[in-house]
Amino acid sequence: MLTKRIIPCLDVKEGRTVKGVNFVNLRDAGDAVELGAMYAAQGADELVYLDITATVEGRSTFIDLVRRVAHTINIPFTVGGGISSIADVSALLHAGADKVSINSSAVRNPDLINELSLEFGSQCIVVAIDTRYIETENGREHIVHTHGGRKPTDLRTIPWAKEVEDRGAGEILLTSMDTDGTKNGFALELTATVSGNANIPVIASGGAGNMEHFYDVFTTGKADAGLAASIFHFREIDIPDLKEYLAGKDLAMRMTI
Amino acid sequence: MKTVIIKYNAGNVQSVMYALERIGTSYLYTDDEEEIRSADKVIFPGVGEASTAMSYLKKTGLDLVIPSLKQPVFGTCIGMQLMCKYSEENDTKCMGIFDVDVKRFPATPGFKVPHMGWNNISGYKGELTKGLTDDAYVYFVHSYAAPVCEYTVASCDYVTPFSAMLQKDNFYAAQFHCEISGNVGQQIIENFLKI
Repeated sequence: MLTKRIIPCLDVKEGRTVKGVNFVNLRDAGDAVELGAMYAAQGADELVYLDITATVEGRSTFIDLVRRVAHTINIPFTVGGGISSIADVSALLHAGADKVSINSSAVRNPDLINELSLEFGSQCIVVAIDTRYIETENGREHIVHTHGGRKPTDLRTIPWAKEVEDRGAGEILLTSMDTDGTKNGFALELTATVSGNANIPVIASGGAGNMEHFYDVFTTGKADAGLAASIFHFREIDIPDLKEYLAGKDLAMRMTI
Repeated sequence: MKTVIIKYNAGNVQSVMYALERIGTSYLYTDDEEEIRSADKVIFPGVGEASTAMSYLKKTGLDLVIPSLKQPVFGTCIGMQLMCKYSEENDTKCMGIFDVDVKRFPATPGFKVPHMGWNNISGYKGELTKGLTDDAYVYFVHSYAAPVCEYTVASCDYVTPFSAMLQKDNFYAAQFHCEISGNVGQQIIENFLKI
């Protein structure tokens, strides 16, 4: 049976993970390769590396990191952050990334989704959607945001999610900025709507605080995968425990340990 | 031992190379017929769309070279589909090593297409699955699949049972991505290299 996927997300700056990580058993918790390898060994189903470096020098450091990650780990990983052209994607895939995630650049130029999926295949094009439930002239609506969720756009989240699929996205990474960082659970209703409309997998992100939140997002939220960062980095939830808990509640899980 | 990865215009195969490097196997990445014929092991990977990949094979004559190879050949993902007789994907006549047609997953409520993620395989036969535990999980990304047939040596279930792995004589194939299927995938690659 196709399993639900558990995906740790690593923010990377100048080739190193940020958001203080707290792993005593790692020689260097800031080493993005070592941390990723540890998650893979623990049974993570996939990894996401987000480059939050803004500089050109940082970008080449990131490509070097992607190369080292691809050399080391044997599970799929997605890379994202500042990707805006066919050349960017080509460089990252050639370095060994399995998928790339685009966000602001897809909002600025939706044709980019078509171009990338035609060039590289839908299977490796993830469109990330940052969304916030805000007051608009039509009342409260789910609106797509860019710039790390700070800047609202004119796009409504639910039709935009359908549009990115129609344009050739292979997966949607849906982050609710309303729940992100709260540890009160994922945005279940919105995730269920987006996933119910989609014929491509939806990765839910934002709000995971405990193991039950993952159960909720896979059942009520209809998500195909659940992504989180700090709760894994700070070992508030260990991946083997999480998978055992979810398997115990009859969700299909890939058990490795 | 000389291992060749067949080079053709079918997507990104970087992760296949890294997988070989992880297990310490050197390889040649080439479309040269002589190099391919003189290899001990041939890996035929691929990601992408069937008709484009097939037309590239035809252009270089590889569509005739590959079926005539005598050493162990391992096709993965689109490589496996091109080794079948026909693919519904853009009505593509393939190489016909395995006498089976590749079909699109039928639209079925509750089943997204592509079939993307980790799924378990079972019904092992033959050398490539040696040492695997029952119902091992491997990573799939595909919208088309070969039904279970006489060449099936491992099957998977999504909407309906389909061939996860095929084998006939010296030809081996896997629909999933061994190169990113964790330790299970690595074991399968090692098994192939040991044949």
